[in-house]
Amino acid sequence: MADDRDREEIAVAEFHKKIKEAFEVFDHESNNTVDVREIGTIIRSLGCCPSEGDLHDLIAEIEEEEPTGYIRYEKFLPVMTEVLLERRYRPIPEDVLLRAFEVLDPAKRGFLTKEELIKYMTEEGEPFSQEEMEEMLSAAIDPESNSVHYKDYITMMVIDEN
Amino acid sequence: MGCGTSSSMKDRKSENALKAALIIQNWYRGYSARLKARHRYALTIFQSIEYADEQGQLQLSNFFSFMLENYTHVREKDRELVTRLFGSSIQDNKDRQDYLGLIDVPDSYSGPRLQFPLTFTDIDLLIEAFKQQQILHAYYVLEVLFETKKVLQQMPNFTHTKTSPSKEITICGDLHGKLDDLFFIFYKNGLPSVSNPYVFNGDFVDRGKNSMEILMILFVSFLVYPNDLHLNRGNHEDFMMNMRYGFTKEILHKYKLHGKKILQILEDVYTWLPIGTIIDNEVLVIHGGISESTDLNLLYRIERNKMKSVLMPPIPLDGDHVREKKNKVGTTITAQGIRTDGSISEQLTKHEWEQVVDILWSDPRGKRGCYPNTSRGGGCYFGPDITSKILNKYQLKMLIRSHECKPEGYEICHDGKVITVFSASNYYEEGSNRGAYIRMSSGTTPRFFQYQITKATCLRPLYQRVNAIESSAIRMLKERMISRKTDLIRAFQLQDCNKTGKLSMGQWAFSMENILGLNLPWRSLSSHLVTTDKNGNIDYMSTFQDLHIQKPVKEVQSSLIETVYRYRSDLQIIFNIIDSDHSGLISMEEFRSMWKLFKSHYSVHIDDSQFDELAERMDLNKDGSIDFNEFLKAFYVVHKFDKLSKSDTKLA
Repeated sequence: MADDRDREEIAVAEFHKKIKEAFEVFDHESNNTVDVREIGTIIRSLGCCPSEGDLHDLIAEIEEEEPTGYIRYEKFLPVMTEVLLERRYRPIPEDVLLRAFEVLDPAKRGFLTKEELIKYMTEEGEPFSQEEMEEMLSAAIDPESNSVHYKDYITMMVIDEN
Repeated sequence: MGCGTSSSMKDRKSENALKAALIIQNWYRGYSARLKARHRYALTIFQSIEYADEQGQLQLSNFFSFMLENYTHVREKDRELVTRLFGSSIQDNKDRQDYLGLIDVPDSYSGPRLQFPLTFTDIDLLIEAFKQQQILHAYYVLEVLFETKKVLQQMPNFTHTKTSPSKEITICGDLHGKLDDLFFIFYKNGLPSVSNPYVFNGDFVDRGKNSMEILMILFVSFLVYPNDLHLNRGNHEDFMMNMRYGFTKEILHKYKLHGKKILQILEDVYTWLPIGTIIDNEVLVIHGGISESTDLNLLYRIERNKMKSVLMPPIPLDGDHVREKKNKVGTTITAQGIRTDGSISEQLTKHEWEQVVDILWSDPRGKRGCYPNTSRGGGCYFGPDITSKILNKYQLKMLIRSHECKPEGYEICHDGKVITVFSASNYYEEGSNRGAYIRMSSGTTPRFFQYQITKATCLRPLYQRVNAIESSAIRMLKERMISRKTDLIRAFQLQDCNKTGKLSMGQWAFSMENILGLNLPWRSLSSHLVTTDKNGNIDYMSTFQDLHIQKPVKEVQSSLIETVYRYRSDLQIIFNIIDSDHSGLISMEEFRSMWKLFKSHYSVHIDDSQFDELAERMDLNKDGSIDFNEFLKAFYVVHKFDKLSKSDTKLA
């Protein structure tokens, strides 16, 4: 019993250090606050994959009563620790991602055209901003065929992250 | 084909498409965020190492003071060395002819020829020539330097200037030898002129490879428009910083015959650069920042040209004085006219010196109050309350400063009262950051212009750019790690009581931070630096698996090799100072005594005999002199996965 508690305490301590590290990198003025617009990046850099909706809810939890545009570390830490302990917002496994692309490519051509990708990403789900769309296209599009060979694309991204 | 069936199939299809889109978007946003975080981590690494180096630089200046205190025979025997370190400025016009009279510009010289008195055509001429990568002849360089010094001497410590709605002023931050950025600013924002004034806020030189060209363009523009092109001194307008950060090397390389002359005059010109600019009596533009004791009235009065190097604190050189006051760096001493060699060398008081250092080295932070700037080792961190206090004291509205690289090229803090502007894009590495400049006039809000200059014809995808910056940063970090290998292993083993070869993440991170003195996100970086087993424990010896320092001589201990490698920049600077005729050679005796002093001041525990053996074995000229550049070059880090056989470790 005591052992389990010790282990959890150590795990929590390690989470705290990890969260602090990630937070500090974006704390430009070194005053334990970050711009609320960077919170999504920080949370995702810790390995979680919340949707935009999830993020919105999380921010509501950690914002001040009267939103200042800044998030304080003291509010961020407990919420984020729980997210990590509960293993919430797990990342998408590679095979699920592949199947998602395949759903959008019912003819099983092995690729999506640029127009198709733009249409899905900017009109469905939680639409991309123009900047996000351009960013994705710059790496995903094969300039010769003007299409995304999604299997290769996924493989490349996965290798890059590891 | 009933309506109901087809529409429900359609519904399901579109529901699936919606789900699929959500999955892809979610995954992409996570990936993109992690890229941005990796970019930030890389910048943090670059910045920590940069500031740690600056700290090292300050330690070096303490070493010189220490050297002078304890190395008595230097003071007596080598007056030239003393004069070089703490000496007086050269006499004025008599020497100008001495310098220029000896230099000839051959007919075969195809570079730009300046016509004095300078006009705007000379500015164009220089820009066009430098675009073609031509080098300005040393004769013209020296002429420009002499003229610039003459004009600067007329100017007060702070330049006052006024704007109007029809005459905006442009403020640029650090350029650090990045000529393409200056070209871009002039292209987008126009050349300096009476109707297009500029302030260049210091750090024109060092690190980039065109410091000389930038300096020439700025000085020539200044000579043509002395009332509309304002130059502030930065912490890199300093001969000691130049020795470590590349400008000295650039000069000696581009001007093999006359480089030494140029260096001598340049040292002096730097000291005449104004400390700051005040716009419309409202905006203070200085390079670094302020401290709680910043006294603008005092700074107005001091003789700024006595500040030879911000890294050489005032120290009494008179023998009696030494014995009397038992001087240590840090004791309060008053200004003295000090006699060495019969000539009077004057310095600022310690208080005055500190005031200038604060201006050139301080950084704003969110925390209230004023604290010593421990990262850089000089100046302080000042909070928003300090900003308010000082701005109010002098009825100013805003502080514009530079000195810190910002990812977006500029940053506003302290409730809009402090703006940082940094004009060297891609400062650390291709893709690391944007550069920016500010346009403003009284009564209007400042406007910011950002840019990022690259030699590539099209932008690579984000992940490739981030990869490049990340690998560069990690590589630099690993070189630091290998230079402390012995100390790191000792620290690891101390914690590894059961000798398992493994440590917890917390233990490993603690040792790394402690020994390297770098405040970095070690846990997030660990995947790049070490191998972790499935329990999350770290195999700490894997810290060193990819690289080693090339051993120039097999028989010598690793710890000595590491030490020389770690201090090679400092050693190079010391050698350069001893080598007053810039021959590249110093005597074996000087080398040995310097090493002994260095050892004791830096508390390095290496046997002298080891060092002697190393020096002798390295196939040095057996005539008792050492080519120290060759000596230092022999210590470099080999990265295991390099395609080339030698890695390029950059010596200062």
